[in-house]
Amino acid sequence: MSTASFSPIKTIAKRELSGYFSSPVAFVFIVIFLLLAGFFTFMVAGFFERGEANLSAFFVWHPWLYLFLVPAVGMRMWSEERRLGTIELLLTMPVTPWQAIVGKFLASWAVVALALALTLPIVITVNYLGNPDNGVIFAGYLGSLLMAGAYLAISAMTSAMTRNQVVSFILAVVLSLFLILAGYPPVTNMLVQWANPLVVDGIAAFSVMTHFESIQKGVIDSRDVIYFLSVIVFALFTTGVILRAHRAG
Amino acid sequence: MINVRNIKKTFGPKIAVNGISFEVEKGEVLGFLGPNGAGKSTTMRMITGFIPPSGGEITIGKFKMNDQPIEAKRLIGYLPENAPSYADMTVLGFLNFAAELRGLQGDARKRAVGRAVEMCFLETVLHQSVETLSKGYRHRTCFAQSIVHDPEVLVLDEPTDGLDPNQKYEVRTLIRRMGEKKAIIFSTHILEEVEAVCSRAIIIDRGKIVANGTPRDLKQRSEHAGAVTLRLLDGSAAAVKGTIDGISSVDRTVVISESPLTVRAYPRKNTSSDDLSRALGEAALRERWQLQELHIEEGRLDEVFRNITLPDTAAAAKEASK
Repeated sequence: MSTASFSPIKTIAKRELSGYFSSPVAFVFIVIFLLLAGFFTFMVAGFFERGEANLSAFFVWHPWLYLFLVPAVGMRMWSEERRLGTIELLLTMPVTPWQAIVGKFLASWAVVALALALTLPIVITVNYLGNPDNGVIFAGYLGSLLMAGAYLAISAMTSAMTRNQVVSFILAVVLSLFLILAGYPPVTNMLVQWANPLVVDGIAAFSVMTHFESIQKGVIDSRDVIYFLSVIVFALFTTGVILRAHRAG
Repeated sequence: MINVRNIKKTFGPKIAVNGISFEVEKGEVLGFLGPNGAGKSTTMRMITGFIPPSGGEITIGKFKMNDQPIEAKRLIGYLPENAPSYADMTVLGFLNFAAELRGLQGDARKRAVGRAVEMCFLETVLHQSVETLSKGYRHRTCFAQSIVHDPEVLVLDEPTDGLDPNQKYEVRTLIRRMGEKKAIIFSTHILEEVEAVCSRAIIIDRGKIVANGTPRDLKQRSEHAGAVTLRLLDGSAAAVKGTIDGISSVDRTVVISESPLTVRAYPRKNTSSDDLSRALGEAALRERWQLQELHIEEGRLDEVFRNITLPDTAAAAKEASK
């Protein structure tokens, strides 16, 4: 791929990022994420009381935290463009729709990555207190980032469906919740009583939970990485289809 | 530069644009007229590649919008209806963004943005965010965006909408000046604008072109075009009307007002307005009328517009009320 096709992506991502930081969206997201992550890790999961030199008490909450926070970051991605009419400007520029889709997605992903990077003090803490396996911690961060990317791509898709940010948010939460619950042990244990375990496993394979948990254990299995990447690619591809259908009328 | 061939657009069962064809060359300013909902914006959106046509073909320069959209879009500057812009950006940030997407970098970008800012009189608001601007400034910011890369083709959807009279005048002057070197299409509801700016005008109604010509040509379709109007200081209406009706080149005479006495004479078919005005001048001398004014009507665009588009709109209203 030539550098010429990357430069519009960069320009769009840069504009998008400045949009996140010139409004309270990015700050609110980062602050709330850090507060909630801290609260759940230390108060609910009892990080210190566990006396374990790992971050599972930290990562275990991420699927649930992201469930509400990530759609809040992504909900404006396309709905705002449609509401303001700027989509007409953007898509009449010499830019392909996928460049715009990827540019916007990368910018929102960078916001989440920044929030995640700001949790590094907990890594320092756990290293100070004990001897954790930093490889496992790294895998946890990678899994968390990939999972956030999957949620974001879903939010991008739902935001392309409507000019209303609230609708976009709710749709993204519902879809993400489905991806969580399909592999959430309390749900799968219940399903096993009715359905063939193979079917339940098949459904669970579509869940972010299954793949996030497996990465979190410290094994960066290509299947898990491919799962998250394919959710991202699929959702962004669908975003393109929705945008094109919307323009075609 | 712009070649539109038989384009169509349907939204579900609704036909928005039904077979429109025209061409615009460099050095031409094409005015796009039509009642609301006639398909003006839809046509412009198709020309700029925002929405794909359901049928037909659009060529910009030598690039077909369908096959080489990026190359075609590069040649176009576009001001969409309502002049959208990113509310959270500053004017300068927004123009830099547009210039960068247009592939302008470094010094070239700085120069391009500077030129656009100067042409649109935006110096004083450069560092203000777009959402704090008045409507006129917002409009000009989006307009500046459309000319930042000095495009060969300019598509402007209601470029003077929401501007005050001075700003309207400035924008018109700008369009006329740029029209010398570019191919420009602009839509408007203001008919004087067409006369002031356009070298050619197209009237569309319910998705079809109903008139296409220079503003002069169009005006001549007016029923008053070619008639001669006289204003007299005194004299009786009946006597004057009788005299004029007696002239061989006069088809009919209408008394427009009694005081001051104003009479309009319509020429017979195959009679030129010049001959008619000459005959009327001679009659005035012979009858010793105190002539205050005698002029040939050029016709009025708004009349032509109403005549061409009203019947259809009325029919549509009738259809809707059924």
